[in-house]
Amino acid sequence: MFAPDNIFTTSIDKAVRWSRTQSMWPVTFGLACCAIEMMAAGSSKYDLARYGMEVFRASPRQADLMIVAGRVSQKMAPVLRQVYDQMAEPKWVIAMGACSSSGGMFNNYALVQGVDQIVPVDIYVPGCPPGPQSLMHGILTLHEKIMEGEINR
Amino acid sequence: MMEEKEHKDFQDSEYWATNAEQGGWSLASTDEGNQKMDIEEPQEELNIQMGKEVLDDYIGREEISSEDDRMIVNMGPQHPSTHGVLRLQVELEGEIVRRVKPVIGYLHTGMEKTGESLTYSQGCTNTTRMDYLAPLFNELVFSLTTEKLLNIEVPERAKQIRILMTELNRVTSHLVALATGGMDIGAISMMIFGFREREMILNFFEKTTGLRMNHNYIRPGGVAADLPDGWKKDIQEILEEIPKKLKDYDQMLLDNPIWNGRLRNVGILTTQECFDLGITGPSLRASGYEWDLRKVEPYSGIEKFNFDIPVLEDSDVFSRWRIKVLEIQESLKIIEQAMETMPKGDYRVDDKKVTPPPRKRLDESMEALIHHFKLFTEGFKVPEGEAYVAVESPRGELGCYIVSDGSSTPYKMHIRAPSFCNLQALPVIMSNSPIADAVASIASLDPVIGDVDR
Amino acid sequence: MEEQIYNIPADQLRSKVLELRNQGYEMLVDLTVVDWYRKRDDRFELVVNLLSLSKKKRARILSNISNEKLECESLTDIYPGANFYEREAFDMYGVIFSGHPDLTRILMPDDWVGHPLRKDFGLGKIPVQFKNAPKV
Repeated sequence: MFAPDNIFTTSIDKAVRWSRTQSMWPVTFGLACCAIEMMAAGSSKYDLARYGMEVFRASPRQADLMIVAGRVSQKMAPVLRQVYDQMAEPKWVIAMGACSSSGGMFNNYALVQGVDQIVPVDIYVPGCPPGPQSLMHGILTLHEKIMEGEINR
Repeated sequence: MMEEKEHKDFQDSEYWATNAEQGGWSLASTDEGNQKMDIEEPQEELNIQMGKEVLDDYIGREEISSEDDRMIVNMGPQHPSTHGVLRLQVELEGEIVRRVKPVIGYLHTGMEKTGESLTYSQGCTNTTRMDYLAPLFNELVFSLTTEKLLNIEVPERAKQIRILMTELNRVTSHLVALATGGMDIGAISMMIFGFREREMILNFFEKTTGLRMNHNYIRPGGVAADLPDGWKKDIQEILEEIPKKLKDYDQMLLDNPIWNGRLRNVGILTTQECFDLGITGPSLRASGYEWDLRKVEPYSGIEKFNFDIPVLEDSDVFSRWRIKVLEIQESLKIIEQAMETMPKGDYRVDDKKVTPPPRKRLDESMEALIHHFKLFTEGFKVPEGEAYVAVESPRGELGCYIVSDGSSTPYKMHIRAPSFCNLQALPVIMSNSPIADAVASIASLDPVIGDVDR
Repeated sequence: MEEQIYNIPADQLRSKVLELRNQGYEMLVDLTVVDWYRKRDDRFELVVNLLSLSKKKRARILSNISNEKLECESLTDIYPGANFYEREAFDMYGVIFSGHPDLTRILMPDDWVGHPLRKDFGLGKIPVQFKNAPKV
C-alpha cells in the first residue's frame, strides 16, 4: 500500500540508513597486493575498528560489504559473481585499486577489465595499491552516500 | 512376475525382524531402527563404539574403513585463511587427509606475456607485482639479469643501496608471514603486532621510493633515486625498535603450550623431499641443509657483510616458523652494516646509452635531449643472448630467465617463482595428518599466490 | 657459481638428464619453453635448469622439440618437482609431455581455447577510448 512520506516514516528511514552505515561488515575478498593494504587498514595504525568494520566475515551470508581488492582473472570471475549472489540485501561493493576498477596496468587476455562488468559497483578507489587512507576515504564516502539516500537499497 | 519375485525377496531379506541368522531380533536389524552405515560392521569397530576398547591415538591405526568412505571437500578460492586465492581439493577419510590437489590459476595475470611488450626499463613495473610481499626482490632479479645481458657493472653505492632495501624488504615479508601465520593458527594479536612493526619500515620505503608497496625502485642500471636526507636516523630507529618487539613475540609464543602443541611434529618435510621437489629457502634450511644463495652465489656485493645462516634440524612447522624469526635478526645485522659503510658515489651507472641524463642537462645539450627521447620512447637495446640469474628471496630461490633478440623488449621473460615450486610440497606434508593441521601446514610454506600464478 | 650450457637434440634429453642426475645435480630448478616463431626451423625449445647443491654448479639444457608432434618425454619420474612446470608449459605453449601423470591446464580456465604464450596469440589488449579523442 502506498504510504505517504510523513514525518514518522522519514525519521525511521533516516534511522535505518544511519544504522546501516555504523557497522558494515566486509567479506574477505582480498585477491592480490591490494589485500595487503586492506589488512594494513584493518591493523593498529590505520584502524578500521573505529568504524565498526574490523570483523572481516568469512561467510558472505553474514556480510554487507564486498571490497574487491585486487586483480580479477578470467578464472576467478564466476567465483566473484557467486560470492556476490550469496550476500544478503542490502549489499554494497567497493572496487579497490586500479586493477579491479578498470583492469589497471594489465590490459591483456587474462584479466577482466574492470569488475563492474560482473557486479554493480558503488565506489571506485584508485591507486596501485591505494594506501589505507585512500581506502578509508572511499569507505567514508560510501557511508555519506548511504546517509544522504543516494543509494536506495 | 518381477514384482512377485521382489516381494518374496523382501520377505526373506535381512531387514525382516525375525531373521534368525543375525542372532535374533535386535534393534539394528529392522529397517526403521537401522542406524548402521554398513550392513555388517566388524566386531572391533563395534567394540570401540560401545566403549569396550579404548584407543589413545586414532591416527596410529591402519585403515579400518573402506574406500568409498572418502569425501572430497573443497577449500575454495575465497577463504578466510589469508593466503590469497588458493583452492584445495582435499580427499578426507574421517578426519585424516589422504590426498590433496591444489588448483591454482585464480590470479593469473599474464605477466610474462605483458613483459614481452614492455621495454627493459618498464619491465620492473610488471615484475614487481608478482610477489607482492617482497616486491624489491623481483625488481632486483630482473635488473640483475638485464645487467648481465648488457654486461655492465653498477657503482658501489647503488649495490649497497640495493642490499639495504632488499634486506629491509626481507624483514617486512617475514613479518607478514609471521602475522598471517599466527592469525591462522589463532594467535590474533600476532597479526596486530606484525603489521605494526611493518608500518615503520613501510614509512621509510615511502620516503625513499614514493610508494608503500610495488615500488619500482630498483631498475636496470642502478636505482631510481638517491636515499633521502636523514635516512640514517630512520634506520637507526628501526634497528632499535624491532629487536624489542621480537622479544615480545618470543614471550608470547615460544614457550606457549598451545603453540608448541599445534606446531611441533606437524607437516614434516625432509631434505630428500625438498631436493626432489625443488624446494629452497626457509623450508630447506628448516630441514637441516645449509643452503643460502647469499653465501653460495653472492649478488650485488653482499659478500662484504658478516652474517650467519640459521639452520634447524626438526623440519616441522615449528622450525619453519622459528627460522623466520632468526632470519629477521640476521637481516637486521646486514642492515646495520650496510648503513655504517655506505660509500659515496653515483646511484646509477654512467653509461649514456642506459641511464637517462639528469633533468637540467636537457636544457643545455642537444645530445642529452636526444638520448632522453630515445630512452623513454624506444628504450635501450640489449645484445642477443640469454641469461639466468637467481637471488635468495624470503621464499626461496627467485630466478629470472631472459632471452633477448637484440631489440628493446625482451623476447622471452620467465620468472622462476619460488612459491610455484613450494606448492608442490602441499600434498606431501598434508597427507596422513588430520585436517586441523592443514591450515598450519599451508601457513608454514608461506605461498604468495601472485608469485604462483604470475 | 659456474654454469654450463648443453645443447641436446630432443631424443637424447632424458638420458642426458639421468646422466646429470647421477653426476650430482639433485634439484630441478626451472623448466620452460621458448617459442622461436619464424626465426628458427624448430619452433619450440625446451629449457631445463638444474642445480647441484653439493658441487655448487648449475646446468642448463636447451633442446629443440620437433615441429610435427610437439611431444617430449616427461621428467616427473626423475624429478617429481617438474610436475607443475610441465603442466604450465602445456598450458602456455601446447607442448605435450608423454608420461606425465596429470597433463591438464593449470593457470587458464579449463575450457580456454588456445595457448597464450605462443607468439601468434595476441596480447588481448582492448583499445582504450580517451574522452576527447575522435571515435575510432
